[in-house]
Amino acid sequence: MIDPVILFFLLGLVAGLLRSELRLPAALYDFVTILLLLTIGLKGGVELARQPFGVLLPQVVAVVAMGVALALVAFPVLRALGRFTRADAASIAAHYGSVSVGTYAVAVAWLGARQVPFEEHMPLLLVLLEIPAILVGIVLARGVSRDTQWGSVAHEVFLGKGIVLLVGGLLIGWISGPEGLVSIEPLFFDLFKGVLALFLLEMGLITAAQAGSLRRYGLFLVGFGILMPLFSALVGATLGWALGLSVGGTMMLATLAASASYIAVPAAMRISVPEANPTLSLAASLGVTFPFNVLFGIPLYYTLAERVHALLGG
Amino acid sequence: MDDHVRRLLTVVTEAALEATLVRDLERLGAHGYTISDARGKGTRGVRDAGWEASSNIRIEVVCDTPTAAAIAAHLRERYYANYAMILFVHDVEVLRPGKF
Repeated sequence: MIDPVILFFLLGLVAGLLRSELRLPAALYDFVTILLLLTIGLKGGVELARQPFGVLLPQVVAVVAMGVALALVAFPVLRALGRFTRADAASIAAHYGSVSVGTYAVAVAWLGARQVPFEEHMPLLLVLLEIPAILVGIVLARGVSRDTQWGSVAHEVFLGKGIVLLVGGLLIGWISGPEGLVSIEPLFFDLFKGVLALFLLEMGLITAAQAGSLRRYGLFLVGFGILMPLFSALVGATLGWALGLSVGGTMMLATLAASASYIAVPAAMRISVPEANPTLSLAASLGVTFPFNVLFGIPLYYTLAERVHALLGG
Repeated sequence: MDDHVRRLLTVVTEAALEATLVRDLERLGAHGYTISDARGKGTRGVRDAGWEASSNIRIEVVCDTPTAAAIAAHLRERYYANYAMILFVHDVEVLRPGKF
C-alpha cells in the first residue's frame, strides 16, 4: 500500500513534468518547511530530556566522522570519473556528505505507518550531520587558505534557517518536556502528515524543474545520484549496527547517510565556493537522489537494516 | 533642476547574495537601498523564485555619480564572473536631494 504522502510527491512531479501552471505560493512553502523543521526538532528535544548526554557522545562523534568521510569518498570519484572541476566536485561532495530533512521526514512517516520504533533522539544526529560536510567541501575546494572568510562561513552554516529551527526546536522540546508540549501538539504533531504532504507536493514540482539540467549534464550525474546514496546507506547501516541502534534506528541512520542536502549546503556553497556551478549539485541531489530515496530508497534501507542486523547479529 | 539629478542603480541578482551585497553597499557609501523579490530569465536560465536557490532580488540604490560608479565597479569585479547578476544605471530627478 503506497503512502498518500508519496502520491502527493508524484502529483507534484507529474504536474511539473507536464508544465502545469500549478505552483504553491513561496510563503506557503516557507511556512510548511518551518513547521517540519520545528516538529522534527521538538520530537528530538523531548527525547534528549530523557537521556544523559554521556550516553549519546559516542554516537555524536561517530556520526560527525561519517559526514566527513562520505564527502571525502565522493570527492575523488567526482574528480576522476565525473571529470568535474575541483570546485564543482567539492560542492557536490559536500551535498552528499550532508543530509536532507525532507527525506528524513518521509522516513519518519514510513516507519510510523508501520509502527516500527526507532531512537527518538535521531534529530540530534540530523543536525550534527548537516554541518561537517559543508566545512569539508570548502576546504576541498580551496584548501585551508587565508582568503576564506571563516566568520561569514560560520554565520552561513550555523545561522542558516535549517539549523536555527532544528536546534531551536530541540532546545524548546528539551526545556518543555513531553507534558509542556501537550498544548502545541495539535499544530506540530497531529498535522505532521498533512504538512508533509504539502511539502512533498512542492518538492515534486521543484524536482521536475531539474529535468532540464539533467538532460544537459547527462548520465554520470544520474548514476552518481543513485549509486552514491546506495553506498552511503551501506556505511550508515553498518555504523548504526555498530553503535547498537535498533533496526528502525539503523534504517534512519542509513537514510540520513544516503540523503543529500538541498537547503543548507547550496546556500553555504553559493557564498563560500561561488565558482562551483549550483545547477550541477542541485540537479544531482534534487533531480535524482531525493526522488530515488523517497520512492525506492527508504523501503530498501529498511530491508538493508534488517539484513545487517540478521547478518552481524544483535 | 540640475542639482536634483542623481543616479539610480538597479541590480538584479541571486537572493543568496543579499546579505553580502547590503554590506558592500553600505561600505561604498550608499545612504539607502530598496530590495524586492524578482523573477525572470537570463543567460543562467529561468529564475522563477519557486524556492530559495532559484530566487532573485532586485536592489535599487539612488546615489550621486561617484558612488554609483564605485558600486558598479566593485560589483563587476567581485561578482560578475560567478553569479547571475545584471546591473544598469540611469539618471533620475529627486525631490529631496538631501537624502541621497
